Amino acid sequence: MSKLKSIVSEGAGHINPVDVADYLRIGGYDGLKKAVAMKPLEVIEEVKKATLLGRGGAAYPSGRKWEHLFHIPETPKYIVCNADEGEPGTFKDRLLMSKLPLRLIEGITIAGCVFGAKAGYIYVRGEYRKIQRRLLEAISRAKDAGFLGKNILGKFDFDIHIISGAGAYVCGENSALLNSTEGRVGRPRIKPPHLAEVGLFLQPTLVNNVESLCSIPYIVTAGGEAFCKLGRPDSGGTKLVCLSGHVRRRQVYEVPLGGVTLRELIYDPEIGGGLPDGQRLKFFHLGGQSGPIGSPEQLDTVYSHRELGKAGLSVGSGAVVVMNEDVGLIDYLTGVTEFFLHESCGKCVPCREGNKQIYKILKKLAKPGEATAADLALLRRLVTTMISASFCGLGQTAAVALNTAWKHFKGEFEANVDQSKPAAAA
Amino acid sequence: MEKYDRDAQQLIAVLLDIQAESGANYVDEKWSALCARVLNVPLSKIYDILTFYAMFSSVPRGEYVIEICKSTPCCFTGSREVEGWFEQVLGIKMGETSPDRKFTLSNTCCVGACDVGPVAKIGDEVYGDLTLEKVNTLLRSYREGLPTHREALACQN
Repeated sequence: MSKLKSIVSEGAGHINPVDVADYLRIGGYDGLKKAVAMKPLEVIEEVKKATLLGRGGAAYPSGRKWEHLFHIPETPKYIVCNADEGEPGTFKDRLLMSKLPLRLIEGITIAGCVFGAKAGYIYVRGEYRKIQRRLLEAISRAKDAGFLGKNILGKFDFDIHIISGAGAYVCGENSALLNSTEGRVGRPRIKPPHLAEVGLFLQPTLVNNVESLCSIPYIVTAGGEAFCKLGRPDSGGTKLVCLSGHVRRRQVYEVPLGGVTLRELIYDPEIGGGLPDGQRLKFFHLGGQSGPIGSPEQLDTVYSHRELGKAGLSVGSGAVVVMNEDVGLIDYLTGVTEFFLHESCGKCVPCREGNKQIYKILKKLAKPGEATAADLALLRRLVTTMISASFCGLGQTAAVALNTAWKHFKGEFEANVDQSKPAAAA
Repeated sequence: MEKYDRDAQQLIAVLLDIQAESGANYVDEKWSALCARVLNVPLSKIYDILTFYAMFSSVPRGEYVIEICKSTPCCFTGSREVEGWFEQVLGIKMGETSPDRKFTLSNTCCVGACDVGPVAKIGDEVYGDLTLEKVNTLLRSYREGLPTHREALACQN
């Protein structure tokens, strides 16, 4: 039996993405039709039962987010879709938006109906210019078919706007994303207040990832319990996993949460198919650049939020970057740090300066005899400081890869360290 | 700006459009000042945006900006080699613009096409699984204005 599922990605590649009639044929808009006949709290109850953990990377329970927003009396409320997919190694939202834009639109419209919102926004990263055009086309077709705009299914008005990013990873952070949507620079906001209370244009706002919102139509149609049962009681449903790097079959796969192990993801002929040309696995990097690095000994860990968490790993965005034995760990981590150095918004010191100093030390570690034991100690201190004292998720997670790699590959950090000159130069 | 109803919230979209229409992929001071006046925002805010977001440039670039992804999934599947091919064929270094002002070589952080890495983004198109042969075909196609030659090479989604 196949280990793969087709729930959120059902129909991808088999229908004309912007054709409403095609979408209706695969059960499209059944969710919205059902939702408009339900009480808002009943819909939220289904989302809670589904145990849908946010698919952007933070894994915050969507049901709790929805419930929180619902009980806030201020209006108008806004629905915002985070489509700023910028985690390197992640390309699942691209798949959903290009192949099934109407499912995303339906998910957002259901949220609009539940919260009585008048407007929704899809914040799409600037690099996805073609996808922005496709979404606009899908929005216009949905309006023509009466599923968006005025008097949707005879019940409510709701419109969706596309906002383009302009190349800033930090805008994937929800509060930075809202600042950017308002036409400002995308630096994160101080929290609290929670975005459900003070969000877009200072109004109550729901911010959900593309994959989370694409799960909503199924949750409403089949019920939260049915969705939850696809996965584990503690993390329900399926997850889109993006395989890249040194693996034979690089693409997006939809797997039931808790239904496969990391080994199956990477080696199963139906999924990753193993490494090419007899290469051997050195490590894998989960959930994007901000995620943990795992070693081959952890391959039998089950792919679910809880099991990965217990092993010191995480699902994150769903990225699985596979690296072979030719890859130098310090070289790889330098690449990761360079990324954060570039993407740090500069607002807080731990992240802005921490990445700079880590980068310097990694450069030293790459050359024999340049680094000392004191550099390694400083590296450890920087990692702790960044994780505990950075302002937003970016800085707090920028050193996660380094921190987890340290656990498994300490020897590689120490390989070039000149032990003869301890405490010097620090 | 009229297209966006002179809405200051649309500043990023306005600036992206100005850059796309500039012919040299940048937003100059003159346009920035005009935006500031029409949308009634301080010039410093426009400068803030132009320098914060990686897609903007305030100096002229080539007609086509070639952005080679250097994030780890691409980096370790050959993007360094790809940089070398582009440098070799164009006769310029990373960060430089060709003398005919057709191309600028630059890096980018992930364009969400790690399934076909190493990749380069040129304009709105993404090209994956790059080889020296593909690089040659692409550059010839852009240089000679023959879009059909590169259509088959572009990422479909």
